[in-house]
Amino acid sequence: MSQTTGAGAVAGAESLPPVFDEAGRRELDAVVARYPTKAAALLPALWMVQRKHGWVSPQGMAEVAEALALTPAYVKGVVTFYSMYHQHPVGTHFVQLCTTTPCNVCGAEKVAEAFLRATGAKRLGETSPDGAWTVVEVECLGACGFATPVLLDDDFIESVTPESVPAIVARYR
Amino acid sequence: MSDLVRLTIEGRPVEAPAGTSVLEAAKLAGVLVPHYCYHPSLPVAGVCRMCLVEVEKSPKLAASCATPVAEGMVVHVESPQAKAARRAVLEFLLINHPLDCPICDQAGECELQDYVYQEGRATTRFADYAKRFNPVEDFGPDILYVPNRCILCTRCVRFMEHLAEHPVLNVSERGDRAYIGIFEGAALDHGWAGNVVDLCPVGSLVSKDFLHKARAWDLDKTPSICPGCTQGCNVTIETRDNQVLRVRPRPNPDLNRHFMCDYGRLGYGWLNRTDRIEAPLVRDGSRLVPVDWDRALGRALDLVRGARGPCVALVSPGASCEALERVAQLVGAGGGAGAFRVAKGDEIPLPGVPDLALRTERAPNVAGALAAGFTRDWDGAAARARSAALVLVLDEPLHGLGAAQAWGPMIYIGTVLPDEARGAAAVVLPSATMAEEDGTFRNIGGRIQPYHQARAAPGMARPAAWILEEILDALGVGVGAQA
Amino acid sequence: MGYPHPTHPKETPVLSRHFGDSDARSFDGWKRRGGYASLEKALGMSREQVTEEVKTSGLRGRGGAGFPCGLKWTFMPKQRTQPHYLCVNADESEPGTFKDREIMRWTPHAVIEGAAIAAYAIQAEQTYVYIRGEFTEAIAIMQQALDEAYIKGVLGINAMGKGVRIDMTIHRGAGAYICGEETALMNSIEGKRGNPRIRPPFPAASGLFGCPTTINNVETLAAVPPIIEQGGAWYRAICLSNPNSTGTKLFSVCGTVRSPGTYEVAMGFPLKDLVHDLAGGMRPGRRLKAVIPGGSSVPILTADEAEATLLDYEGCVARGTMLGSGGVIVMDDSVDMVYQIMRLARFYAHESCAQCTQCREGTAWTTKILQRILHGQGKLEDLDLLLDLSEQMTGTTICVLSDSCAAPVVSGIRKFRDEFEAYIDSGRAVAQV
Repeated sequence: MSQTTGAGAVAGAESLPPVFDEAGRRELDAVVARYPTKAAALLPALWMVQRKHGWVSPQGMAEVAEALALTPAYVKGVVTFYSMYHQHPVGTHFVQLCTTTPCNVCGAEKVAEAFLRATGAKRLGETSPDGAWTVVEVECLGACGFATPVLLDDDFIESVTPESVPAIVARYR
Repeated sequence: MSDLVRLTIEGRPVEAPAGTSVLEAAKLAGVLVPHYCYHPSLPVAGVCRMCLVEVEKSPKLAASCATPVAEGMVVHVESPQAKAARRAVLEFLLINHPLDCPICDQAGECELQDYVYQEGRATTRFADYAKRFNPVEDFGPDILYVPNRCILCTRCVRFMEHLAEHPVLNVSERGDRAYIGIFEGAALDHGWAGNVVDLCPVGSLVSKDFLHKARAWDLDKTPSICPGCTQGCNVTIETRDNQVLRVRPRPNPDLNRHFMCDYGRLGYGWLNRTDRIEAPLVRDGSRLVPVDWDRALGRALDLVRGARGPCVALVSPGASCEALERVAQLVGAGGGAGAFRVAKGDEIPLPGVPDLALRTERAPNVAGALAAGFTRDWDGAAARARSAALVLVLDEPLHGLGAAQAWGPMIYIGTVLPDEARGAAAVVLPSATMAEEDGTFRNIGGRIQPYHQARAAPGMARPAAWILEEILDALGVGVGAQA
Repeated sequence: MGYPHPTHPKETPVLSRHFGDSDARSFDGWKRRGGYASLEKALGMSREQVTEEVKTSGLRGRGGAGFPCGLKWTFMPKQRTQPHYLCVNADESEPGTFKDREIMRWTPHAVIEGAAIAAYAIQAEQTYVYIRGEFTEAIAIMQQALDEAYIKGVLGINAMGKGVRIDMTIHRGAGAYICGEETALMNSIEGKRGNPRIRPPFPAASGLFGCPTTINNVETLAAVPPIIEQGGAWYRAICLSNPNSTGTKLFSVCGTVRSPGTYEVAMGFPLKDLVHDLAGGMRPGRRLKAVIPGGSSVPILTADEAEATLLDYEGCVARGTMLGSGGVIVMDDSVDMVYQIMRLARFYAHESCAQCTQCREGTAWTTKILQRILHGQGKLEDLDLLLDLSEQMTGTTICVLSDSCAAPVVSGIRKFRDEFEAYIDSGRAVAQV
């Protein structure tokens, strides 16, 4: 199947290093081996892209599509379904905090405000001027008994309060 | 084949093969269950929820497109519960819909418009909220996507994925943010992509070629056969004011299902050519002068009668079976023969349908020409034409043949007059295009398919078969003469 | 102990026995606590015997639907003519629910052992453990346990040296609530958008990769080793109320209680004891106002209703709600019901997969109406409109996400109508919206 858009052909995006170089390809092959179809490795492959680039760019999608014999459009349909894949570059540290009902009744929105204050990000979803922090509100992190749970990069932090936020932010600075 | 299942739909007894959906079984009973995402030529999605019906003894409404028939099933399409569900779906579909029917090409043939008119709410309850807005996107050479009108039925996505097997479209995002997406830099340029415009039940995918050209209700529709290649896709030619404005596929489950390729779809421009031969012409020295049909046919008959030796026919495989057979009869009577040539291109299959492709031979009646006795030995026939007693040309453009003046006397029957014939023909008889006559084509599989007149022929032009019939009649060898 | 609370006397710890005991996480630690004896025992039994034992136990699916586990296993073809798959549903995403996370982070081997027994029973050579992407800690712990289980020969082509192939793979989700729905979960593993599928075909006939598949929740599977170990009859006997709800259940209690956490009690346990005793009751000066007993998708109970509810499948239905996943969301009198119901509707609008019309448009519209009411611009007709939309969003779509959005809206308006009307009458707005 012909691809009208290949890796690197995306206007405006600076060229990112390939994810599926020799080592990446080995890792992907090992993942593919666990499934009866290549397409089943799509979510793991996209995680590899995000780990390497910090987000899933059109270039990354095209690379994954080629590696798994899919079309970039198909891959994009999947990427945009899952909220954890970043479709745009984010800050060095990515803060996802839950404000769904169980956490909300425990004051999660105050925690969100505390994160904005401590990181200098102007509003939720916007990266701080120094490029270091992006704070987003997410729906239920599945740790409702530990309100407010925060997923900071890959670290799951429980029972965060507005008071504990500055120390947490300081730890990652 | 499979066992018949008996059920009752809207009080009517129906028998349907096991595995049939309730929606299709309802059609057998003469009941149309309103639907959007379901399409008989696409895999079932079951997402629009418009086709919900009440099935007795079932706790919930069932999506009739995704529910197989069962023995003894009792289905209600018009029950209060089913109607309420449809009314709700229509309301949900309309809350973000721009209601821009006055400028929408789909108006008049829009299933959203039709069903809302039929059974939707007269007023909105989605007051005081801003509607979702996304800008129009250019999806490909002939296709625009108007996301605000989209109802996310996913027919287009399924067509590209399962029929074209070229998944360049997707559903992007989730919830009410979802839209039909295409990858950056990719285009909906597959050779069969235009079908998504037909499949779209609303005006979300529109053809640039047809954009704002006509209102659907002003179009006259004529069943026809696509003249684009030997496949013989069944089509409808849509005209207004004697102009062909659109060609769309006409369902034929055994041949092209609901589809046609873009080459055929967009290749109708020649049917509207204005440089047509509008009157019979006869040679007067170096000039061709217009005359009436009697004089022209008289001159042609003189030429035929005066021919001493075999005739050669150079014919177009785009002519009707009827015309080709009569040419064969005419030249064959004197021991002559003829040949044709055909333009070629790449074969572009629609992988999801067996034996459906834009064929390499880009003319509709190659099989008809062969069946009439014409050969592919074009060069041989062209060489013989130089010494022939008479050359009969049937709508063949004669490109590349050079000095036709050096040939024997020529009768040219055709739609437009090529320069080669202008200098050489003794008689020129203006004929109709396939859009201007009734006739048949024989497709690649040997299927003889009728097509019908969709517009009037210009001036004095007539169907070639009629012209030839008159000549044969006069000679006493025509079909009519025998009768 | 890292675990936030010691076992309460009213708890019946079976699955939670080793919560807080980090030594139980390791393979050796698990073995020392009797781990993998059940798997060994099961592999010595016939597949039918294993399934029969689980049927005897009365164990029902703990993910929310409550379908009898053993019966589900019997739906798998007896003859294996194509691959069979087991999917472990560890996509725990239902607001209010965080019990599977505790099972995975404290006793990962319990999950692996239970899954291995199930895989054996249904002849699945490959098991996919689908863990939601946000559970970074649980994923790491489960992966480590899985690696150990392979090294120790518990899993692999010759599991426990018994000549049975049991492979297991962790599949990380990427942020989609709906992937907890079993057919969406399968699509997600296949590398697709997590859209729920139309049934039939049911997964046992055509599931993952078109092959016979069983999907079980983490908690369901974690209950299997004790059942094999101590017998189905033993498990069945753990029952405080209705004999159709047996065994223990993990309830994750959250919201405005003093001691939120995961508590394991026998089926039929009074909800009021769970809230007031185990979870420590309300904070000082606060009164109980409402409880959502089974994760956010089930109808809300008023305080009075909650006080009278017994926690089992039938006990919740008797009060007009459902046991669901056992995520108990407690709300005291400081909670603005209208605002929180809007937050729930917003959750579902965010998570709708976009397939079905009623859900895609209805969840978003419901949210908009609730936000308008909160802005002080609501009309009394809006309440009827919400109820009408909710009715059309219930029972009309492929999966139950839109039903789930409707449940708190309908029960909220019916039971806390005065709070809605107060916004509408006064034109008062909350600053937060």
